[in-house]
Amino acid sequence: MSEKTATSKPDTVYLFGTCLIDLLYPQAGVATVKLLQHAGVRIIYPQAQTCCGQPAWNSGYREQALAVARAQLELFPKPIPIIVPSASCARMMKFQYARLFAGQPDEAEARKVASRVYELSGFLVDELNIQLHDSGAPLRVAVHTSCSARREMAVANKIPELLKHLHNVDAVEPQHAEECCGFGGTFAIKQPEISAAMVLEKCRHICATGAQQLVSQDYGCLMNIGSALEKQGVALAHQHIAEFLWERIQDRDP
Amino acid sequence: MTSEFRRNATSALQQDDVQTNLNRVVHKLREHRQAAWIAADEWRQLRRHCQAIRENAVRKLPQLLEQLETNLIRNGIQVHWAETAEQANHVVLSIMQRHDAKLIIKGKSMVSEEIALNHFLMQHGIQALETDLGEFIIQLAGEKPAHIIVPALHKNRRQIAELLHRHFPGYAYTEDVDELAQLARKILRDHFQFARVGLTGVNFMIAESGTLCLVENEGNGRMCSTIPPVHIAVTGIEKVVEKLSDIPPLLSILTRSATGQPITTYFNMISAPRQPGEKDGPREVHVVLLDNGRSTSYRDRELAATLRCIRCAACINHCPVYQHIGGHAYGTVIPGPIGSILEPQQRGLDRYGELTQASTLCGACTEVCPVGIPIADILNRLRWDATRQDADCSTPGAGSGYIPAQTALWKLWAWQCTHPGAYRLSTRLATRLRVVLPGYFDAWTNVRTMPKLAKTTLHERLKALGIDHE
Ligand code: SF4
Repeated sequence: MSEKTATSKPDTVYLFGTCLIDLLYPQAGVATVKLLQHAGVRIIYPQAQTCCGQPAWNSGYREQALAVARAQLELFPKPIPIIVPSASCARMMKFQYARLFAGQPDEAEARKVASRVYELSGFLVDELNIQLHDSGAPLRVAVHTSCSARREMAVANKIPELLKHLHNVDAVEPQHAEECCGFGGTFAIKQPEISAAMVLEKCRHICATGAQQLVSQDYGCLMNIGSALEKQGVALAHQHIAEFLWERIQDRDP
Repeated sequence: MTSEFRRNATSALQQDDVQTNLNRVVHKLREHRQAAWIAADEWRQLRRHCQAIRENAVRKLPQLLEQLETNLIRNGIQVHWAETAEQANHVVLSIMQRHDAKLIIKGKSMVSEEIALNHFLMQHGIQALETDLGEFIIQLAGEKPAHIIVPALHKNRRQIAELLHRHFPGYAYTEDVDELAQLARKILRDHFQFARVGLTGVNFMIAESGTLCLVENEGNGRMCSTIPPVHIAVTGIEKVVEKLSDIPPLLSILTRSATGQPITTYFNMISAPRQPGEKDGPREVHVVLLDNGRSTSYRDRELAATLRCIRCAACINHCPVYQHIGGHAYGTVIPGPIGSILEPQQRGLDRYGELTQASTLCGACTEVCPVGIPIADILNRLRWDATRQDADCSTPGAGSGYIPAQTALWKLWAWQCTHPGAYRLSTRLATRLRVVLPGYFDAWTNVRTMPKLAKTTLHERLKALGIDHE
């Protein structure tokens, strides 16, 4: 996949911000930029980017998914990594583009782009070997790993690794962590009863950890779990791992 | 408005006992499977091997079936081809009639469920008796199996004890698992002696030798296939493998994936009826080879992977949706992820298309499948087939999920996402209008608050921060 040597850290990367973060959680995108800059990396953010195409792809609208995905391909021409602060969108690009573009004239191009896609937490750990210094108060943090992070992207252990840098943070994994939170994009709307049962169970396991904070690589899950916690009136903050890390390493008392 | 599937699922979600039983059993099955693998490497290696065996078998399906038929006939086993469920039922019926048999004793067979054999025979005055303990319980309860390996997993010990006691008040009431099994055996034993025909399913068929393999734990499969003078095996055409040497790895991965057992209590290899001079065994052995839509899947390169399935149920046991709603909600013979890709292919997207939406595409199924079926990808593919309007798709019911208004919305979305200027403008507008946008959306807000749009988009924020855009 990547030719990794201790001396050749990438100095410039593309950021693919994802439409969800663009529209609802831009602070996670900003934090991603700050973290990458903190690690000495320059960021290029093509302003013409929109969406990876996953919503249409997973709903069976391949023609539309293809058009949207195709519009992203040309935005990332340089042979440098493309960082995605979502394992779900990263998975779409890295593993599903090959299926989406199969037999298309730009299949080779799509495969090339796919090969340069990295999920953020994995990139911070494996490619940048980022060093972080905690300046926050003691805190127990529950880690939620999205299904894409756990499975195809195989970055389930990256958040715990990142949190190890933070000496005041006690990272815990909820029981049955491998079970899906019930978001599934349109699933939450098409099968609301099952989705509700799944997210409420997820909430129970997260609450049982006694954590004061929830973090994840994916805002899809966070939106689902976070809104459910909020509805129940549970005081448990949820944040993207980039936001959380960036906040923790700010010196609070300069 | 609400679909039958959603109503079934909701009802299952509201039954506390079903929820408790389901939760307990699926987690236990997952733990057992987990414990069955000493090393992750061992599992990966064996899976690669088994996937290759099944891929090879599915690829060569027509020629292996021909070879199988030749060898079965040479062994003295009578072969019947059935293109449809109805044909399969009639084959069984005519054998029953030829032997003037009014009772058939059955080992576990999901294909007999697929063709609704019991019901069909009953209409013709023939009683079918399930002898697998779980199936026996389901039959007494007048239900359908809720799982392909543990048909009664939605019932607990007390419910089973009460059910048996209600039907057989002559025996002492017990909730002890072993005693319950003994009791069922006692009840069933008499029938084994008198039934003229026994029926079983098949787990694997070996083409090179013409052998039928049957995997089971209770010994009832062996009884059904050896005690009555006539044995009928019903199975899908995809169960064929090329060689005898394919069996040990498949058997090993099947039992571990299913229940975490390194091997089952019984493994039967049926290669011929009773030979001259032999003292036991059936005098006639029949095998009914059912297509019922399988050859349509075979002809599609992507969907053909579905036929690799060895019915271990690991995908079902690991499915977070199944875990919450159980098997009955699906309204199909095979529930869970495998059912959601299989049933629409066999019986049409028009009838079972919604099942392709009964998944978050979390991939837990794909992860545990011992023959590497990309279940989530196939669900994704079938969702496409449901909306397709082109003629290149032979999946039954293709295009039945096409809704013009929905397509128009996706087209609008795609237009917006392929016109960055319009996208930026509309997302910017959306954030500015966030106060007037509807603050509720029932399906979402029943258990959640409505997420709020940000004040400004990431595009805007990064521009303001002076982040390079090329
Ligand atoms: S699809 Fe795979 S996991 Fe599911 S029953 Fe078939 S073989 Fe087992």
